[in-house]
Amino acid sequence: MSWSGLPLARRLLWVAILGGVLLAISLALGMSLGSTPASWRQNLAALLDRGGPEDILTTIIWRIRWPRALLAGLVGATLSLGGLVFQALLRNPLADPYILGVSGGSAVGAILGLLAGLAPFPGVALLAFLGSMCTLLLVLVITSGEPGGRKGSLLLAGVMVNAFCSAVIIFLVSITQDARLHNILYWLMGDLSMSAPNQTTFLIYFLLPCFLVVLCLARPLNLLLMGEETALYLGLNVALTSRILLVVTSLMVSLAVCQSGLVGFVGLVVPHLFRLILGPDHRLLIPACLLGGGSFLILCDLVSRVLPSQGEMPVGVITAMVGAPLFVLLLMRSR
Amino acid sequence: MPPAVLVKHLQVSYGRQPVLRDLSIEVPEGAFFIIIGPNSSGKTTLLRAMAGAVKPQQGQVEIWGEPVGHFSKKALARLVAVVPQRVVTDIPFSVQEVVLMGRSPHVGWMGLEQPRDLELAMEAMTFTNVAHLARRPLPQLSGGELQRVIIARAICQQPRLLLLDEPTAALDPAHQVNIMDLMAQLQQERGLTVVMVSHDLNLAAMYGEQLLLLKEGKTVQSGRPADVLTYELLEQAYGCPVLVDTNPLGQVPRITLVPKRFLGPPF
Repeated sequence: MSWSGLPLARRLLWVAILGGVLLAISLALGMSLGSTPASWRQNLAALLDRGGPEDILTTIIWRIRWPRALLAGLVGATLSLGGLVFQALLRNPLADPYILGVSGGSAVGAILGLLAGLAPFPGVALLAFLGSMCTLLLVLVITSGEPGGRKGSLLLAGVMVNAFCSAVIIFLVSITQDARLHNILYWLMGDLSMSAPNQTTFLIYFLLPCFLVVLCLARPLNLLLMGEETALYLGLNVALTSRILLVVTSLMVSLAVCQSGLVGFVGLVVPHLFRLILGPDHRLLIPACLLGGGSFLILCDLVSRVLPSQGEMPVGVITAMVGAPLFVLLLMRSR
Repeated sequence: MPPAVLVKHLQVSYGRQPVLRDLSIEVPEGAFFIIIGPNSSGKTTLLRAMAGAVKPQQGQVEIWGEPVGHFSKKALARLVAVVPQRVVTDIPFSVQEVVLMGRSPHVGWMGLEQPRDLELAMEAMTFTNVAHLARRPLPQLSGGELQRVIIARAICQQPRLLLLDEPTAALDPAHQVNIMDLMAQLQQERGLTVVMVSHDLNLAAMYGEQLLLLKEGKTVQSGRPADVLTYELLEQAYGCPVLVDTNPLGQVPRITLVPKRFLGPPF
């Protein structure tokens, strides 16, 4: 029987199993590879044995690589899901938190918060959230009222907002004396090495409820894909649902940006890949993007760590090198 | 028993442009009701107001005695289904998935369909003769197939009132009759109330039990086809000469458009 002939519950099960396996493999790879060489036997022993604090490899794996892989997984899942939701809400295949300027707005908010000496939570996170909402509303206002040309103007508005935010970021980082903020690349290209491990666990408590809300709105997202008017006729409260989705998505993206800076194109690459494989049904795409997006960024982070470089390469370099060509391809195909 | 639709002094404007002006009509339960009128006479707006998609400035629409605004979106969608004029066709959902979307007002949020929902979808697809296309992605359908899929989705909603906006507009004659026959069958066999916007006066004459002729957001005439489709009223509404005689099939009017060269010399 073909894939599309399987009942939805069966397909969902397959997505969960394969996605789970993919995530497990990515995590295992992300935790066992790095600048400290070790055989797979030693790695396996260190992975399974959490106890021995005197073993250097165990310490590296569980104290350094594990929090980082976890962060990469969370950020990847968040950005992929964010891209998926924006693409459905705006009915634009090119929408993504980074391209829309939402990530940039969060980064500006976060940097302002850090400059003002606020605590990471709630101060900095709240400002990041405000920043993301402001840019999103700005982009939506610029593009409202022209249903025909929305695709192009949405992109242009996003590009402009993004350019402005990047300039503000560089400006703020340049004028400050604060040593924490001196890594411009951290903010502009995304970097997972700067985050404190205890903040990562903190992130989980806020991101998981957001994931759950979006998961519960899988069917409404399908209806929205068919157009707002049709969604209304099929019994959906379009205005309320859209607002919930916009706020929740901005919230989780801004939380991720606080920890990782601007990692671009994840929200573009991952949803499109899974749409090619699974079709347009969000009841499958949401779990797939969560598991697959997490795996994707863990692997990208791994590549950025193990490639020989001066210091460390920001993970955003890898995602942009994969994502930007794909973006151009999609743009050309949508014409 | 209150009427299926009661429109009371309805006034709708888009910006400053009034579209419907103090319109009052009544659609009895189980009727086949067809709205005709020239372009921009407010036909689609009236249909959208019945479906709760536009907020009136004044007046209101009642569905079985209850104002449309009092329903939750979900409750309204269990009662009223709409076949809109334009639908999104570029998303590769399969026909079955699209028809199953009609179950949305009946299933929970996360929305996994039960076997009963699949049965209803299959029944609706069989009724509109698209069951063999169940796996076909939406973008690969022809115009006639697409229209039957959207109608199947509406049937799958199990509504009591079906609103259709020019369902035959882009179809060849065979498909036009096919769609209209389906509607008549739904209305007669299942007791559905059907309200349709149409540009085809002859189809309206043959299928409509009651017609509403609109012009500039106001009623020109409402009633049986023979009372509405008269030479005087049509010329007044459309501003062009027409020929009205009796359809050879039966006691309904037949409308013939008159090209300019048959009107005689201009002077």
